[in-house]
Amino acid sequence: MTSQLHEASQPLLEVRGATVNIDGRDILRDVNFSINHGEFTGLIGSNGAGKTTLFRVILGLQRQVTGSVLVHGEPITRANRSIGYVPQKVLFDPDLPIRARDLVALGADGHRYGLSRRPRALHAAVDEMLDAVDAGSFADRRVGGLSGGEQQRVLVAHALISRPELLLLDEPLANLDPGSVEEIIALLHRVSQRQRVAILLSAHEMNPLLPVMDRVVYVANGHVASGTTDEVVRPSVLSALYGHHVDVLRVHGRVLVVATALPVGPAPSDQHPEFVVE
Amino acid sequence: MSWLFEPGWWANGTVRTALLVGFVVAVVSAIVGVFTVLRGQSFAGHALTDVATAGGAGAFLVGLAPLAGFIGGGVAGAGAMDAIGVQRVKGRDIATGVVLGAAMGLAALFLFLAARDSSATGTTQLILFGSIFTVGPSTLAQVSWLSAGVLVALAAIARPLLLSSLSVELAVARGVRVRWVGLVFMILLAVAVGMSAIVIGAILSTALLIGPPASALRVARRFAVGVVLAVVLGVVATWLGVLFAYDSYYWFPSHRGLPVSFFVVAVVLVEYVIASVVHRAAPSPSVAAGWS
Repeated sequence: MTSQLHEASQPLLEVRGATVNIDGRDILRDVNFSINHGEFTGLIGSNGAGKTTLFRVILGLQRQVTGSVLVHGEPITRANRSIGYVPQKVLFDPDLPIRARDLVALGADGHRYGLSRRPRALHAAVDEMLDAVDAGSFADRRVGGLSGGEQQRVLVAHALISRPELLLLDEPLANLDPGSVEEIIALLHRVSQRQRVAILLSAHEMNPLLPVMDRVVYVANGHVASGTTDEVVRPSVLSALYGHHVDVLRVHGRVLVVATALPVGPAPSDQHPEFVVE
Repeated sequence: MSWLFEPGWWANGTVRTALLVGFVVAVVSAIVGVFTVLRGQSFAGHALTDVATAGGAGAFLVGLAPLAGFIGGGVAGAGAMDAIGVQRVKGRDIATGVVLGAAMGLAALFLFLAARDSSATGTTQLILFGSIFTVGPSTLAQVSWLSAGVLVALAAIARPLLLSSLSVELAVARGVRVRWVGLVFMILLAVAVGMSAIVIGAILSTALLIGPPASALRVARRFAVGVVLAVVLGVVATWLGVLFAYDSYYWFPSHRGLPVSFFVVAVVLVEYVIASVVHRAAPSPSVAAGWS
């Protein structure tokens, strides 16, 4: 276990042949991918494709999983301190007397029993994390009164304070205006480089992520394809994933995945929508 | 001050015991109540008081101490609600409603039997509306010990409970045993409402549980401040309730006093109205910023 070499050769997270079967239905089938230290990975798929389920698998919360999920080469455990998580759609009541800094502090000791006094080092760490996500200016305001983008940043600080090596973000861009989307992505990219944390971010739209994404994990039909954007977002790979032919168009630096127009001839079947995703 | 404190107030042992037990119960109700409001379990809290009523009436019927009945009933109700599915948001209303309905039925039966078989006609009155002036020193001691136990247990689970009240997903990701913490809280809630049933009665103990915390959370900006404020409002309401009830004996020529529970609830309501007005008049910075 000589560290540096070992760390370089071994992926941070490795998912091998993972299948999730709930009530006789495969939600995810034979999923394989890995994430290396410090990488920014986009988990792309439409609603209901199984992105949240995959997060639950990585967090060790999903039952009925076969295959293996390894962190540092070890099987995952529940509440792994090296994984931080920002769930989808956390709604805070505006009347809740919890300030942004209180929520961040709970990221460090919210799982601990007893009411021990918070050490000074914790308060310093809270300030550091709030600064890292540009949330210092609203640290003392109630979380429920903050905008969606501001709440996202506080939740990222909440997840970062335990110094994870991998940060999972479930649809953090949903319901944000385009300006905030760019802001959050730039901020996450900066955080991943400065705090040396790998990021796995789920989204149904990959275009905003193209400038920062090192790798993509594409989910469709319960199957997963992974690699660099160029390796994965290709007609041959995505057609195999969707189970019917799709085209990949590149227009003005954007990527569009569209179902191929139906062949002329027999009456069009209802099973083939004209456009699939994005 | 003699206009406020009617004759005998300072020398009366019953009054002193009432103030002490009222203080203890108000403190516990307020602190447990803050979490109840935060978790959106006010309805569950009310249902537990109805189960406690059934327990108290049943205990009276078979000659046990009402306090044991109130608390035993409440804890059994908490267990039943957990078993039916109070933890799931969707199942919460149903679980609470089922238990509440069953408890009310039992309470009605027990109270009917107690009223029929017992020569003490005040039983129903006592159980539903409280009996703070009949609390003896031994009950005061029991309530104090139970309260200390509830507060120690609540302090032990405070942070995981707070985190899981804010977001179950965040708590689960941190490794909090959300279900277990939720069940412990329900039991603490049951004990708290069982004790407040002694003071202002089973029917009205929800008011003492929910009212002061709801008022405090409207105006406090920090959680700790909210808890302290809820305690102050709860104690003030209880003490003023006892005082007014005592004084009311002298208000009417017939010398028939009005019940403590009415005055406690009246003060709780006034506090809530004041808190709402303060909240509107001086919005907290976060709210103000939200408008800009």
